[in-house]
Amino acid sequence: MTEMSDFLIDEESKVPDPLEMPEITPGATEGLKPFQAKPQHQDALGFPGELIDNWQETAIDKMGELLGKYRSLQVYLDSCVKCGACTDKCQYFLGTGDPKNMPVARQDLLRSVYRRYFTFAGKYFPKLVGARDLTEDVLDEWYSYFHQCSQCRRCSVYCPYGIDTAEVSMAAREIMDTVGKGQKYCNEIIGKVYTIGNNLGLPKKAIESTLEGLEEELEEETGLKISMPVDKPGVEVLLITPSADLFAEPHIQGLMGYAKVFHEAGISWTLSSYASEAANFGMFIGSYENMREVSLRIRKAAQDLGVKRIIFGECGHAWRIAYSFLNTLAGPFDFLDPRYPVPQHICEFTYGLMNEGKLRFDKSKNDAYRLTYHDSCNVARASRMGDMPGGQFEIPRAILRATCNHFFDMAADTIKEATFCCGGGGGLLTDDLMEIRIKGAQPRMRALQQVQEEHGVTHMAAICAICKAQFSKVMPHYGFDMDSILSVHQMVANAIVMTGSIQEKELQEEQQKEKSDAGASEGQAA
Amino acid sequence: MLTGLYALLFYVATLTLIGGVAYRIRLYWRTPAPLKIPTTPAPTTEAGVVFRLAREVVLFESLFKANKWIWVFGWIFHFALLIVLVRHLRYFISPVPDLLAMMQPFGVYAAFAMVAGLAGLWARRFVVPRVRYISAPSDHLMLALLMGIGLSGLAMKFVAHTDIVAVKAFFIGLMTFAWQPLPSDPILLVHLTLVALLMIIFPFSKLLHGVGLFFSPTRNQVDNPREKRHLAPWAAKLEAGGGSK
Repeated sequence: MTEMSDFLIDEESKVPDPLEMPEITPGATEGLKPFQAKPQHQDALGFPGELIDNWQETAIDKMGELLGKYRSLQVYLDSCVKCGACTDKCQYFLGTGDPKNMPVARQDLLRSVYRRYFTFAGKYFPKLVGARDLTEDVLDEWYSYFHQCSQCRRCSVYCPYGIDTAEVSMAAREIMDTVGKGQKYCNEIIGKVYTIGNNLGLPKKAIESTLEGLEEELEEETGLKISMPVDKPGVEVLLITPSADLFAEPHIQGLMGYAKVFHEAGISWTLSSYASEAANFGMFIGSYENMREVSLRIRKAAQDLGVKRIIFGECGHAWRIAYSFLNTLAGPFDFLDPRYPVPQHICEFTYGLMNEGKLRFDKSKNDAYRLTYHDSCNVARASRMGDMPGGQFEIPRAILRATCNHFFDMAADTIKEATFCCGGGGGLLTDDLMEIRIKGAQPRMRALQQVQEEHGVTHMAAICAICKAQFSKVMPHYGFDMDSILSVHQMVANAIVMTGSIQEKELQEEQQKEKSDAGASEGQAA
Repeated sequence: MLTGLYALLFYVATLTLIGGVAYRIRLYWRTPAPLKIPTTPAPTTEAGVVFRLAREVVLFESLFKANKWIWVFGWIFHFALLIVLVRHLRYFISPVPDLLAMMQPFGVYAAFAMVAGLAGLWARRFVVPRVRYISAPSDHLMLALLMGIGLSGLAMKFVAHTDIVAVKAFFIGLMTFAWQPLPSDPILLVHLTLVALLMIIFPFSKLLHGVGLFFSPTRNQVDNPREKRHLAPWAAKLEAGGGSK
């Protein structure tokens, strides 16, 4: 691994352009790869424990199967014309300069094999069209570079045919799992969801005691009994949130924000210990079956608890799956209240209440923050919020503007549909990939440094558990404190003035005082 | 002999092009897209999707966002090619409609634009290191082929005229199965050989991108997954087979 000092930015220099072209450095991240899954991690997901003997044949068969099951894969492997539009769009290329991190080159790692075994030109003129046999070296290359893609879809925005490298890298990972070369981080975590119910492996007891602690904290702060139940039947809302919200900073601040909003709206809710995870790493490994299995837990929890609505907490790829796939994987949800979309995002929920005038905010409570917002890649390019296309950009910003006086967007070519991945998405949020995580965060960090310079921005909010964990880890490498990353609902939690709360009383007293002061000065003037 | 050879060549090329593209369309059509994956923000209605695809086809919208140089060269090349193709309809229609007759000069300008666009795209494969890295020999050959077609066509207009009345008779003859002799000018033969080659290569190559765009799920799907359940046939089977993997 490179020395940490290499990543530090010279404080004297002006911030370089987040999109600055790196020098092409072949092989720069060649050796980078995550730990391989152990046999027990593979077994739990129905994959062979280690590389099987006839792996080449099996891999090619699997590729053929996937080509028949996914139109995206078939069309995308055929259609690329190597125009170069995507070549400078991936944050991992911008951060490393390794040409195999250019989306087209990453796709070509698989496309070259596709051509060799599935196309006329590749079978008879392999050299001419860049087709290759599937050798052990090629497999190793796949393992390395398909774990340097966070499936963020930034390339798909710019491709004239909409080719999405995420589709290709998911297929590659599924093929690798099928021949026994899985990734430890993802597969171990999916196993934990099956046995315990969440990625972090928190059993019900641990969840309960965490929530009790948070309830006490909230009571101390607000003077209100704000309940944070788990497995409570017959309530209105099942909240599905990343387990990191129960465990990590700043995630947990967001969770307290959700609880306050629910309480203020007078809407009963519960977590589920059986489905105590919003994240669904089945998508990262490209496995429809595993993604479905994890999703079905949410359906079962909703049925068992007899809720009327499902709301998802702040989590990026989880919201992609929830919004785009849940109905497909685990629907139809005709047993829920048809007046609400299934599922809803917590930001949609809070925003709806704001518009109904049911939430009051004291923005000055967030005056310590000069804030910007990181659009999480999967939310931005693979989902929606609200009724209008682009609601996924506007709704979180509307919430932040309503709760904070100082909000500044980063450069236009680094936000909304052009946003970067935090660097840790798509199954890369593991210490064994720290170098690529730090380098992949570079474009976002530079964009943040720009608004720090121009507007004195101090903090960045996000609505993704992975973004939050990743940024708190890599920000120090770019000269920011690890707590410069915030949850959106943390800002809500800080600013909300709840009915009957200590904050409400304080605010009333303040307003009273201002009024009487004003009255006094008026009296003097008269 | 020559006429027979070229007649055969063009029958084979036409069948390969039509058959090959039809096969590909059928394959794409029948391969399910099991998940909703439009690149968002995406249209929420069918009409919106048609409009999105139209913008991609006519304006190359995504490419415009990506890179202005590729967009300029690519757009010029494709639209010049379209005009040139339309211009060539006069070899297949008799009598030539007025509109087609009127646009003939524009077709000539378009031929220059087409060659210029190709030159720009080709130059990028040498000049831009990123594009040089991803270029395979076939990528150069494809450009060479198109360039050869454009230049040989222009040569017939400006350097060595060919008997276009006879050429027209040859193609009308092909269409009516009443063969007429083909002039034996070398430039014409080069031009026609390259065109036939392009037609044959089309369904086996990256030229399929023209078909692929319409089947690209990130571009052709409606963003309505919460409102409407989307289920592929194989996923429905999986569902019917019970919950477990």
